[in-house]
Amino acid sequence: MKLHSLAAALAVTLLSGTAFAQETRLTIATVNNPDMIVMQKLSTEYEKENPGIKLDWVVLPENELRTKVTTDIATKAGAYDILTIGTYEVPIWGKLGWLTPFEEIPGDYDIEDVFPLVRTALSVEDKLYAIPFYAESSFLFYRKDLFEQAGIEMPEQPTWAQLEEWAAKLHDPANNVYGTCQRGLPGWGENMAIVGSLANTFGARYFDEEWRPELTSPEWKEAVTFYVNLMQNYGPPGAATNGHLENRTLFAAGNCATWVDATSAAGYMFNPAESKVVDTVAFANAPIGTVPNGNHWLWSWALAIPSTSPDAEEAKKFVYWATSKDYIQMVAKENGWAAVPPGTRKSTYDEAEYIKLPFAQKTLDAMNTADPTKATAKPVPYVGITFATIPEFQAVGTEIGKAVAGALAGQTSVDEALETAQSASDRIMQEAGYY
Amino acid sequence: MARPAGSRQRWTMLALVAPAVGVLLIWMIVPLAMTIYFSLQRFNILYPERFGFVGFRNFQILLNDPLFWSSMGRTLILVGASLAVTVILGIVLALVMEREFPGRSIARLMALAPFFVMPVVAALVWKNMLMHPVYGLLSWLTSSLGLPVVDWLQNWPMTSIVIIVAWQWTPFAMLVFLTSLQSMPEEQKEAAWLDGANPLQMFFSIILPHLSRAITAVVMIESIFFLSIFAEIFTTTGGGPGQASTTLTYIIYARAFLEWNVGSASAGGLFAVVLANIVAILLIRMVARNMQNPEKFG
Repeated sequence: MKLHSLAAALAVTLLSGTAFAQETRLTIATVNNPDMIVMQKLSTEYEKENPGIKLDWVVLPENELRTKVTTDIATKAGAYDILTIGTYEVPIWGKLGWLTPFEEIPGDYDIEDVFPLVRTALSVEDKLYAIPFYAESSFLFYRKDLFEQAGIEMPEQPTWAQLEEWAAKLHDPANNVYGTCQRGLPGWGENMAIVGSLANTFGARYFDEEWRPELTSPEWKEAVTFYVNLMQNYGPPGAATNGHLENRTLFAAGNCATWVDATSAAGYMFNPAESKVVDTVAFANAPIGTVPNGNHWLWSWALAIPSTSPDAEEAKKFVYWATSKDYIQMVAKENGWAAVPPGTRKSTYDEAEYIKLPFAQKTLDAMNTADPTKATAKPVPYVGITFATIPEFQAVGTEIGKAVAGALAGQTSVDEALETAQSASDRIMQEAGYY
Repeated sequence: MARPAGSRQRWTMLALVAPAVGVLLIWMIVPLAMTIYFSLQRFNILYPERFGFVGFRNFQILLNDPLFWSSMGRTLILVGASLAVTVILGIVLALVMEREFPGRSIARLMALAPFFVMPVVAALVWKNMLMHPVYGLLSWLTSSLGLPVVDWLQNWPMTSIVIIVAWQWTPFAMLVFLTSLQSMPEEQKEAAWLDGANPLQMFFSIILPHLSRAITAVVMIESIFFLSIFAEIFTTTGGGPGQASTTLTYIIYARAFLEWNVGSASAGGLFAVVLANIVAILLIRMVARNMQNPEKFG
């Protein structure tokens, strides 16, 4: 009898052991933007529907996420099953075979509903290597109440010179209203997103046709001088450490008269729990300098699966869930239409409730005017608006970003900063063997 | 047992020591060999297909980089300034703490506390709670005194880092000096008093010479730690603004984890090893000289 009960106990242990082994753990690395936080919250639904799946989240600020994820995938460490990466990484990593392609996408997912522009940006040779969670361009956020008070009319296409004038008029630090808030935190995906697009419209480019960095050109000098003056005169204090997140918080708290940044932050401004500018925020095209090209960037935070993931099939199922029409409906039901992930699906923009929102159509317009192959007036050898889709750009962009932040902080002159950026970029491109 | 070691005993001893020495050697040599190997390769983990031998190209590029030389200079400034501050403040604090006063043991404990705070935590506390231009304690202090607010990390990055490092390491210096002071013979002090020495003479002729060995030890130990300071820079300024606080360690980090350039980072690492060795040799000589004629300092 004793033996029997022992055997039974053993069997039970073994069975529960196998039951435990059947549970699949998916580790998801993502960026701490509001849309991803919503996804993390709603994913408990997914776990409920799929009892065999356990989701582990790693949520980090943009710069840290990039370092972690890049190290992980390049060393094949395999710590993550799902990565949140963007239109910069996907084409490079897809080509290297580091990502699992999305093939045989289920019919009810309706991939045709996803904007072709975004799909192209996430594909290599027509193979999709990541599914967009949201997609964005950039535009100008401004406070229509302040503009009306000052009697300023927003033109169809504002220029940077105009923005500077308005910032000067509306700058009122005594009342905690700053003329303009722009990113200053160094990083190729932080300050260089805004500095890069600004420089584009001043006719500057990262590399010439021979891939030689061109950062000491008169166009770069003009653009960075303009940016540094603008921020030093009419920006908030400590601007050199403000990234997207800090500026979003500042604008939502009513501290900024103008702000050029990601269209995806617009929804946040309509969340009364976070934003004091629900009724006063308005949107316009991102300003231009001397040329119209490259004022709007194109970016998508997308979900990809590294080729090291042993649970690629399960991971794909989650990715389809998190980017589906049903998910968007769910967010709309829970948090309102302003909070749904923007810029990915035509069907979202067919919703009467959604297209009514003041930023919806403007987001589409900005995305549609973003041409990654024509970043500026002069021809460029690279694809990308605020970045170049080459592996070296992370390093180049980080170096330029650091140098520009140094000039913004007043540590160096603009000329010195650009020379530092030039010599660093030159070294990186040489080491990589471009010339 | 006491007879001189025969050859058999020597062999036994060698056999007994061999495993430990072997492990130590492997521990040291494998990473060093790998660093040397990688420093001669073109190797960026982002484009593994371009891996290959490049001779001394990584070193050449590094030596031609103006940032490398300026960061080397900043490393030495950081070490030198932190050493000066910690040693001077350490002596002052040790002299204060040696005296009898009410609540001395609590004061000693408080003075020692910063040493037990982790570098990253210390840096975060200084960055966000003390030096922040908007809600830091220092900005509150200066503005309530009617003085302009200093944006420490943005305008004085190196000074700020030296302050943070000194805050952490002064307790260590103080502790060593305090121990040394307590070992000082009372008779000597009394004799000096009786001979009519004033406090300054006391300090420079009696106390400082007595402390010189402790100072040498503190300088040696601290320089080894200061050469590798990284967490404080990474957490507070990220090597910036611009390049203003980029030191040798930060360059190596940036090459390895911002550029993923293993070749270049390894080359930088070897320079750091060389620099550390030069400093160590100089310091060991200094110590050895002090140790050889201890009677000089009583």
